[in-house]
Amino acid sequence: MKFLSRCLFLLAVAVAPALPTSMDLIRAGAPAPQFQLNSNSGKPLSLADLKGRIVLVNFWASWCGPCRKEMPLLEQLNRQYRSKGVTLVGVNVEPDSAAATDWLKATPVSFPILFDVDSKVSKLYQVEGMPNTVILDRKGNVRYIHRGYSAGAENEYMDQIRALIRE
Amino acid sequence: MTHRPAKTAAAALLAAAGVLALTACSPIQPWVKPYEREHLADPIMSFSRDPVSATYLDHVYESREGARGATGTVGGGCGCN
Amino acid sequence: MRRSRNSARLVALAGLLLGCAHAGVLPDDRFDVLYHHYNGGGMNIQGPSILVRKKIGDHVSLAGNYYVDNITGHIDSISGASVDAVSGASSYHEERKQESLSIDVLQGKTTYSAGYITGNENDYWARTAFASISEDMFGDLTTISFGFTRGWDKVGKVGQTATSPLERRNWQLGLSQVLTRNLLLGLNFETSESEGLLNNPYRMVRYLDPQSLNGRGFTLQPEQYPHTRTGNAGSGQLKYYLPWHAALAGNYRYYSDTWGIVGHTFELGYTQPLFGSWTLDTHARYYRQTHADFYSDLFPYASAQNFMARDRELATFKNLTLGFGATWEFHPTRLSWLQKSTLNLHWDRMRIQYGDYREAWLSGLIPGTEPLYTLNANVVQFFLSGWF
Repeated sequence: MKFLSRCLFLLAVAVAPALPTSMDLIRAGAPAPQFQLNSNSGKPLSLADLKGRIVLVNFWASWCGPCRKEMPLLEQLNRQYRSKGVTLVGVNVEPDSAAATDWLKATPVSFPILFDVDSKVSKLYQVEGMPNTVILDRKGNVRYIHRGYSAGAENEYMDQIRALIRE
Repeated sequence: MTHRPAKTAAAALLAAAGVLALTACSPIQPWVKPYEREHLADPIMSFSRDPVSATYLDHVYESREGARGATGTVGGGCGCN
Repeated sequence: MRRSRNSARLVALAGLLLGCAHAGVLPDDRFDVLYHHYNGGGMNIQGPSILVRKKIGDHVSLAGNYYVDNITGHIDSISGASVDAVSGASSYHEERKQESLSIDVLQGKTTYSAGYITGNENDYWARTAFASISEDMFGDLTTISFGFTRGWDKVGKVGQTATSPLERRNWQLGLSQVLTRNLLLGLNFETSESEGLLNNPYRMVRYLDPQSLNGRGFTLQPEQYPHTRTGNAGSGQLKYYLPWHAALAGNYRYYSDTWGIVGHTFELGYTQPLFGSWTLDTHARYYRQTHADFYSDLFPYASAQNFMARDRELATFKNLTLGFGATWEFHPTRLSWLQKSTLNLHWDRMRIQYGDYREAWLSGLIPGTEPLYTLNANVVQFFLSGWF
């Protein structure tokens, strides 16, 4: 057993430095990576189409509890701010969109839902927790990143959106 | 003796976890991304879908067998928050 | 009095309330109303188990459980204990009530849990306190948990007021690891220590006695157990998601203790959702153990050893259990606060074949030549669960 613990220790020490460090492509001030995905309206939607507007991109999945909890609050946010130059975009990360589409039938939202079926955009935006919200300014730069959802986060989104509106 | 194997295995596990947690210079990148966890989040993949039932059955076994312990597991794979 | 079952029940319950703690996300709000029924070897045990779990705010989850065992059985005319062995002896009835409360507090990726359980029957009183910490790490792929359980029991005997103490201390270490998108690993280690009156005050051992008063060739004397017991268990569990939307589970546990018992548990399970609202479960469990050092079905003479036991639980045996379960999920539209409900039925068939425990209640046989005992039992669970 002592041999086993020594092996594990050596393995850990050997493997650890070889692991890649995270490259922070998604950070405040950096330009947001471009993407285009199919949307629930049937037509594809690309980030370039939204230039000039403040964009809140929310990565979510129907199997994720906190994501489902957050959606109605995002819908409220959308109704309040879309006339003020803010667009909400939901990016569903599931390879099979059936569950998400079913859930949306029961809990519809009025902002576009994009389907990232091969996880390309999730990887591009370095989604590290579910849900993941990225807020972009009018110039298309990343300004705020929210990993996960906790109660009251929607108030933070509102404060940040208002700050971007005033710019 | 009887308690050594389990205790040393536990210590080995702790040591490994401790070392990995301390490698601050290059944090381990999760090889299963949060958006890839739909299968793991399915209730059928939980170790104990109905805790009341699992506990009861464990108790039925423990009352008739000499062995006890190491039956509960914490965690799963939602990746949320 | 159900000695080992009491402590077993308490630890299992601690596991239920403890195991619900999940670092990073609190367990779902839910209620479960379960009816359990055990029937085997002349013993009938049934009762409810009710659990309610509710979040208070976003960081705290409270859970409470109420459990009852209504036991109807036979006093084994040979050993004098409430053993579920078939015999023509007197029947008895007993009731045990257990109540518990637990709390989980979530702070970031760490969950702190604690709880308290009380168990009462007419000759056994148990108190248990437990606490644990669990933490998510490595991108939430790993969850590590540590737990400690402390118990204070009072062992009594019907007809006497004096009680003897029994103290329990358990340490748990758990690791849950996501291996791939479809594979989960769970590892658990637990050390359990007991100290005090560990035997059953009613149970007897038997020794060869050609001049026995009962004319059966053996005489009874009270069992004698050591005052301490330390056991270690380590288990590994894998859960695999099958591409057609089903799950396969495999589990192995090793146990050994200072009484000389070594137990191996192997379990396989399969879960298959069907037709959208049904889920079927099936599992097979095989357990085998070797007897405690001081166990014997028949001792050669009176007080042959310092410690003597004839408890079936400490014998050499194999336990094969096969189980089937069906779950029906429904969504009651009239109750808007209820997100989801399930109706469940589980049936397990247990068969324990003893290698060194004999049917000593049979008369007309030379002691030590009675057939080895086999216990067949049916365990049924019927429960309603609701998520809100």
